[in-house]
Amino acid sequence: MRNRDVSFWLFLTPVILSLSLVVIIPFVYGFIFSFTNWNGLTASKFLGFSNYIKLFQDAEFVNAIWFTIQFSVVTVILLNILGLSLALIVTRKLKSSNFLRTIFFMPNLIGGLILGFIWQFIFISVFDDIGSALGIEALNGWLSTTTTGFWGLVILTTWQMAGYIMIIYIAYLQNIPNELIEAAEIDGANSFQRFRNVTFPLVAPAFTVSMFLTLSTSFKIYDQNLSLTNGGPHNSTQMVAMEIVKTAFSENQMAFAQAKAVIFFILVATIAIAQVYYNKKREVEM
Amino acid sequence: MKKKQRDLFLVEILGLFLALVWIAPFYLMIVNAFKTKRGIFEGVLGWPEEVTTENFVDAFIELEFLQSLFNSVLITTVSIGIIVLFASMAGYALARNKSKLSNVILLIFVAAMLIPFQSVMIPLVSLFGMAEMLNRAGLIFMYLGFGCSLAIFLYHGAMTGISRSLDEAAIIDGANRFQLFWYVIFPLLKPISVTVGILNVIWIWNDFLLPSLVLGESSATIPLKMFFFFGQYTKQWHLALAGLTIAIIPVIIGYFFAQKQIINGVSEGAVK
Repeated sequence: MRNRDVSFWLFLTPVILSLSLVVIIPFVYGFIFSFTNWNGLTASKFLGFSNYIKLFQDAEFVNAIWFTIQFSVVTVILLNILGLSLALIVTRKLKSSNFLRTIFFMPNLIGGLILGFIWQFIFISVFDDIGSALGIEALNGWLSTTTTGFWGLVILTTWQMAGYIMIIYIAYLQNIPNELIEAAEIDGANSFQRFRNVTFPLVAPAFTVSMFLTLSTSFKIYDQNLSLTNGGPHNSTQMVAMEIVKTAFSENQMAFAQAKAVIFFILVATIAIAQVYYNKKREVEM
Repeated sequence: MKKKQRDLFLVEILGLFLALVWIAPFYLMIVNAFKTKRGIFEGVLGWPEEVTTENFVDAFIELEFLQSLFNSVLITTVSIGIIVLFASMAGYALARNKSKLSNVILLIFVAAMLIPFQSVMIPLVSLFGMAEMLNRAGLIFMYLGFGCSLAIFLYHGAMTGISRSLDEAAIIDGANRFQLFWYVIFPLLKPISVTVGILNVIWIWNDFLLPSLVLGESSATIPLKMFFFFGQYTKQWHLALAGLTIAIIPVIIGYFFAQKQIINGVSEGAVK
C-alpha cells in the first residue's frame, strides 16, 4: 500500500476524522482560548497569561494539585505492594487460584462511580455501626474530615485497582523460568531469599509498567472522587480533575478552567514522558 | 515436603481471607438492599430480620432500568463495533505502508493518548454543542476519537505477525484492498479484536463524565442514571443500595460468562 493509493487514505479517513474533531482540534482550540476571556461560546478579549497567573493564586486549585499528588504517591506505593502480594498468592499452586483471581479482579469491571457510592455506604453506615458496637470513636464520621476522606479515597482506589495490578505482575511472574527458582532452592536459599534475589529482580519491569499505569490513573481520578466524598468537607478532598470540571460547568469560567486543564495536561504528560524515558534507560541497561 | 504442603495451606487460607475482605463491600450492599429503612437503621451488619424485595421493585422503576440498560447496550456495542472496524483498518494500512508519513501518523495517534480528557473536554462540548451533536450519535463518534489510539497501536503491533505473502496471494487472486482486508486480514486479527473489545467495554460501559456532559436524561446510560438516582435518594440507603445492586447485575453476568477472556484481554492490553 502506498501513500498515493486511494485505499490507504480511505482506510485512515474515519480515525483521522474522529481524532481530529474529538481530540486535536479541541486541544488546540482550548489552548488558544485559555489566553482569552472565552465563555464557552465567544471570546472577546486576549488576556495573555492572566488566567495562568490567576490559577496559581487560586487556593482551591493549588490545594487540589497538592491533594492529588499526595493521593497518587500513597496509592501507587500501596497498589504495588498489594498487587504484587496478590499475584504471589494466586500464582502458587492453590486449589482456589482461579477463584481468587476472579474475586480480586472483580471491582475493576464496575465503574468508579458505582463503587464510590457503595463505599460511601460502608464508610458512613457500616463504619459507624462497627465503631459504636466496639466503642472505637475513630470509625465515626469517616467522610466528614479531610484526613479520613483522604484515606477513604485511598482505600477505595486500592481495593478497586489492586486486581488490575495483580494481573500485570502475574504476567511477568509467569515468565520467570522455573529452573531458576529450583536452582536457588537446591543452593539452599529459603523462600525469602528466593523472592529477594530471584523473583524480585525479574519482576522489576512489571513495576515500571504498573507504576506508569497507577500514576497516570490516580492522577486523573474523577468518578470515585465525585461519588465518595464529592470533594467535601469544604472542597478539601477535591482532586484536580474534579476541580477543573467544577470551574468549567458549575462556575461557568470556561477560559479559566481551560487554563487549569492545560496545566493538568502538562503535569500528566510530564509524568508519562519521564516514565517512558526512565523505562527506556533501564531497558538499555538490561 | 510436609513443610511445603503446610506452607501452601497457610497461603490458601490467607488468600481466602483476603477474598472475603474483597467481597465484603458487595455482601454489605446486597444484604442491606433486602432490609427495610428501619432494618438498616437497627443495624447494617446482620442478616435482615424482615426481608423485603420492595426496594428492588421501586429502584427498578425509578432507575427506568430497561431504558437505561438499552441505552448503555446500544452506545457500548455501536462504539466498540466502529472502534474495532476502523482501528483495525487503520492499523492494517499503517503497518503495510512503510513510509515516513505513516510513522508520523502512528506517532500522532500514540501521542494523543497523553492528553487527559479534562484538557479537551470544554472545547469539545462547546464545538459539538454548536454542531447540535450533543446526543448519542455524537457520543459514539467521541468514543471512536478517544478509543482509536490504543486500538490502532494494538492492531499495528499485531500486524507484524501476519505475513505479507497473504496480501500478495489475495491480490493475485483478484481481490481488491477492501476484500483482502475484510476476508483475509480481519479474521486473522480476531484475538486482538477481542482484546480491544474487552478493554473498551470496561471503559465505555462504566464511563460517567463524558455521558454526563453529552446526554440528556432520556438517553442516560446506567452510570449517569445511577448518579441522578443516588442524588435523589441520598438519605434512603435501602433504595439506593437496591439500585446499586441492580446496576451491577449485568456486569456480574457478563463477567461470569467471559471471565477468562476478560482477564486475558486485560493482561495483554496492560503488558503491551
